[in-house]
Amino acid sequence: MIADFRHMTIRAQAAGLSAKDFTSEELTGHYLSVINDSDPEIGAYITVTGEEALAAARKNDERRAKGQTASLLDGVPGALKDNICTRGIRTTCASKMLEHFVPPYSATIADRLNEAGMVLLGKTNMDEFAMGQTSETSYFGPTKNPVDLTRVPGGSSGGSAAAVASGQAAFAIGSDTGGSILQPSAFCGVTGLRPSYGLVSRQGIVAFASSLDQAGPITQDVRDNALVLSVLAGRDPRDTTSLAVSADYTEDLEKGVKGLTFGLPAEFFGDGLQPSIRKAILDTADKLVSLGATLKEVHLPSLKLALPAYVLISSAEASSNLARFDGIHYGFRPADTTTLEDIYIKSRSEGFGPEVKRRIMLGTFALSSGYYDAYYRKAQLVRTLLAEEFKRAFESVSVLLAPVAPVTAWPLGQGITDPVQLYLNDIYTVPIGLAGLPALSLPVGRDESGLPIGMQLIGSRFTEPLLYRAGIAVEEVRS
Amino acid sequence: MNEYEAVIGLEVHVELSTARKIFCFCEIRENPEPNEQTCEVCTSLPGTLPVMNRDVVTSAVKAGLAVNGQINHFSRMDRKNYFYPDLPKAYQISQSQMPIVTGGHVDIETKDGARRIELTRIHLEEDAGKLIHLEGQGTLVDCNRCGVPLIEIVSEPDLRSADEAVQFLKKLRAILIYTGVTRARMQEGEMRCDVNVSVRKKGDATLGTRSEMKNLNSFAFVAKAIESEFKRQTELLEAGAEIIQETRRFDDKTGQSYAMRTKEDADDYRYFPDPDLVPIHLTAKEIDALAREIPELPDARKARYIKDYGISAYDAERLTEEMAIADYFERAAEHTGSAKTVANLLISDLPNLQKDRPLPDPLKLAAVADLQANGQINSSTTKKVLIALLESDIDPVAYVQAENLLQINDVDALRPYVDKVLTARANVADDYRSGKTKAMQSLIGMVMRETAGRANPVLIQALLEARLAEPDDKA
Repeated sequence: MIADFRHMTIRAQAAGLSAKDFTSEELTGHYLSVINDSDPEIGAYITVTGEEALAAARKNDERRAKGQTASLLDGVPGALKDNICTRGIRTTCASKMLEHFVPPYSATIADRLNEAGMVLLGKTNMDEFAMGQTSETSYFGPTKNPVDLTRVPGGSSGGSAAAVASGQAAFAIGSDTGGSILQPSAFCGVTGLRPSYGLVSRQGIVAFASSLDQAGPITQDVRDNALVLSVLAGRDPRDTTSLAVSADYTEDLEKGVKGLTFGLPAEFFGDGLQPSIRKAILDTADKLVSLGATLKEVHLPSLKLALPAYVLISSAEASSNLARFDGIHYGFRPADTTTLEDIYIKSRSEGFGPEVKRRIMLGTFALSSGYYDAYYRKAQLVRTLLAEEFKRAFESVSVLLAPVAPVTAWPLGQGITDPVQLYLNDIYTVPIGLAGLPALSLPVGRDESGLPIGMQLIGSRFTEPLLYRAGIAVEEVRS
Repeated sequence: MNEYEAVIGLEVHVELSTARKIFCFCEIRENPEPNEQTCEVCTSLPGTLPVMNRDVVTSAVKAGLAVNGQINHFSRMDRKNYFYPDLPKAYQISQSQMPIVTGGHVDIETKDGARRIELTRIHLEEDAGKLIHLEGQGTLVDCNRCGVPLIEIVSEPDLRSADEAVQFLKKLRAILIYTGVTRARMQEGEMRCDVNVSVRKKGDATLGTRSEMKNLNSFAFVAKAIESEFKRQTELLEAGAEIIQETRRFDDKTGQSYAMRTKEDADDYRYFPDPDLVPIHLTAKEIDALAREIPELPDARKARYIKDYGISAYDAERLTEEMAIADYFERAAEHTGSAKTVANLLISDLPNLQKDRPLPDPLKLAAVADLQANGQINSSTTKKVLIALLESDIDPVAYVQAENLLQINDVDALRPYVDKVLTARANVADDYRSGKTKAMQSLIGMVMRETAGRANPVLIQALLEARLAEPDDKA
C-alpha cells in the first residue's frame, strides 16, 4: 500500500524508503503519474525524463538493498530548472535558441544532487533565459499557478515552484537573479531559498547576470530546504566566485528565536503593498515576539534606487552573456541565411523572444561608449550603497522580515503589455541579489482570494543557518 | 622630406608558453588536429565558467619584472565584446582598466647610440580561434587557439624609425625568452605586432594623427610597414592633405597598406569587468619570490661578456640576441682559452656553414677555437674542420691530425714551396716586382694550394716578400 506522497516531505520519503515502506521506483512512478495527469494543464515541465528516472530509481533501490545510501536525498525524486545543464538531457532555458541543445556536461549542482542519489524527474519551465516574473515568456508556453490555474506562478523559476506546489516533485531547484526563486515560491505557497552569492556553484547554470545569479532549493518546508541546501552548497574549483563557507544546514534548526531581533525595513511596507500582505506579515512578526523575539524598525533609504540599478546591471551582464548565442557554434540558426551578418541577425532575431531582446538591447546601450559612466558605473555605485545600508541594518538586527512581493499572483496575460509595471513588482527582491544576501521565502497565509502570501527572511551574507532557524519558528506560528 | 619624423608605438602580442590554457584545463600541444585541443569552457558552451590559470598570472608578472614594470597588487579581467566567428563567447576576456603591469622600459642600441623605450603597460588576455576558408565550401572554425594565453605589451610612442622598432622588438623578444615565459617563435605567430604610426615635423611637440596596422608577424614586415606608412603620410602632409585616423591592412606581398576602417566605424567594445572572474591579487611577497626567479637578462649578459671575455660590444649584442646561442657560447667558452675565437666562429663562420643543421657539440667548437687560436690550423682549415664537424661530428683534434691539416709554421719547411711557386710562376712574380701589389695575394694562394691549405699565410707572405726583394734569380 503506497501512502499519499503528494505532500510528503523529503524527510518522510527518506524515512519511508529507509523503513522499506516503499521503494524509490514506486515513489518515482507515483510522481511520473502525477506529472502525466496534471502537467498538461499546469505546464511545470519542459522535459520529463521518465525512463531515465525509473532506471535511476531502480539503481537506488538496488544500492539501498545492499545497505548503501548516499544521503537523505537518496532515492527522492526532484526536478531541475531548465537553465541547469544536464549531461545528455536537453537544456533549453525555455528558448527557441536552445530548443535542441544537449549539453555534454552537467552543472556542478546537478552532479552533486546526482551523487546524493536524487532521482531526476525532469527539467522545469521558466521564463526564457530566466528573464521574467511570470514564467510566461517561455518558448514552450506558460506555467500556470497550481493554486489557481488562471493565475501566474511567478517567475522566472515558476516551473520549479509549481512542480513542488502541485506535488509533481518532492523538491526542485530554481535560480534567482532578482527574485526568481523568492517570488514564485511566494506565489505558489512553497518555501524557497536564494542563497548568499558565492555559496552555490554557478558552473553549468546558463548565465543571465553572472554577478547576481544563484541557484537554490524550492521545497515544501524549511527543514527540507536546509536538507537540499546541504547538498548544493560548497566551493567549486570550477567557479572562482564560489566560496568555502558551506555547513550542514540541518543542524541547530530547533534553536528558536528567543533573544533574536527582527528588523522591519520601513521602505518594504510603503504605498503599493497589498493590505492583506502587510497584515499577514505584521501578524507573523507579532507572533515571533510571543516566542521571545524583538522587533525593530530599520531603514534602507536607497531601496528606491535598487530597481533601476538592478535593471541596468542585470541587462548589461545579460547582453554580454547572451552574445554567444550567435548561430555559429550551436543553437538555433535559420536555414535561409546567406552572409555572416545575416546568420547573426536572423539567428538572434528569430531565436530570442521579445523580453530577452528587450534586455539585450537595454544592456548593450547601458555599456556603450559615452553611456557607461552614466548607467553601468552609477548602478554599481548604487549597489555598493545598498550593500552598506544592509550592513548597517544588520548591526542592530539579526534578520530582516519583509514581504516578497507587493501583490499576490496576478492573472495570466496581465503583465505582458506593460513591462515597466511588471518590473516594479520586483522591488522587494532585487535589492537582495544586488547586495549578495541570502533570503528565505515562505508562506504565511492567504489573501482574500485564497492566494498564498509570501514572507521573506533576509540575512547578512552566509547566515543561512539563522534564516532556517527563524523560518522554523515562522512555520510554528503561522496561521 | 628630411624635416619629418615618424612617431611609432607598438602593441606586441606574445603567447605565454604555459602547459595549459588561460581559463580551462586544456593542454597546449604542438600541431593538434582542428578542435582537438578544446573543451566546453574554451568553446564557451552555455553555463561554463572561466577559471584563471595561476601559471599565466605568474608568467605575466615575470614578464613585467623583466622589463622593469610595476606589478599591480590588484588587477582585474574585463570583457571586450564583439561578434566574430572565431570568438565563441562573442567577447574576449582581456584587461582594460586595471592591467597586471604598468610602465616598464626596454633599452635598445640604435645607430645613434643607446635609447630607452618606455612601456605603457602589459595586460593579460586570451587568444581567439582560427577561421579556415574552404574554396566554395564555406568557412570552418578551429577553436584550438581559443583560450591560449597572451600578454599584450604596449609601448609609449617613443620609437622614431623602422630600425628602432625592429631593435625594440628583437630586444623585447630576447628578454621574454630569457625570462622563460614564451618561446616567441615568429613564424608560429607566438609574437605578433600592431604598429601605430604618425608623422610630424621634427621638433614638433604634438603628435600627428595616427594609423594602425594590425597583426604583423615578422620583423621585416614591421620595418616595411613602418617605412611605407611613413612615406604615405609624409606625402599626404607635403600635399597639404589631412591624415585620417584609421586601421590599415599591410599586404606583405605588395609592401603597401590599405585602409580597412576609420575611427568613425570602429567597434564599440563595451568593456566591463568580467563578473565570472575574481580580481587578481598579488602580495609583495609573491612578487618578490617571482623576482628571484628572473634569470640574468640579455643586457647583463652582454656586459659580462665584454668584461669577462674581452669581446666587442657589437659581438656581445649579437651573441645575446638569442638565449640559446648565448647559452651555447658560454658552454663553449668555458672549455677554451680563446672565448673571442669562439665568438667569431659563432657569429661569422657557423651561420654560413650551418644551413639547417644543429649547432655542433660546444666542447668540440671550443676545441676548434683552440686549434685556431694556437695557430695549429689556419682559417681555411678551420672552415674545413667546421664543415666536417657539422656533417659528421668528428673530433677536431684527431681529425686535423688524421687528415694532416696542422698548419705548417716551420719557415724551413715552407721555403721549398715558396721557391717552387716562384719558379713555376715567374710571370706573376714579375708582375709583383713591376709594382702590381695585388699579385702577392695570388702568390700566397698558390703556395697555399701547394701545401694543401696548411701553410701559415702570415709566414708565406713574409717569405715571399723576402724572396721577391732579393735580386732577380734569372738576372
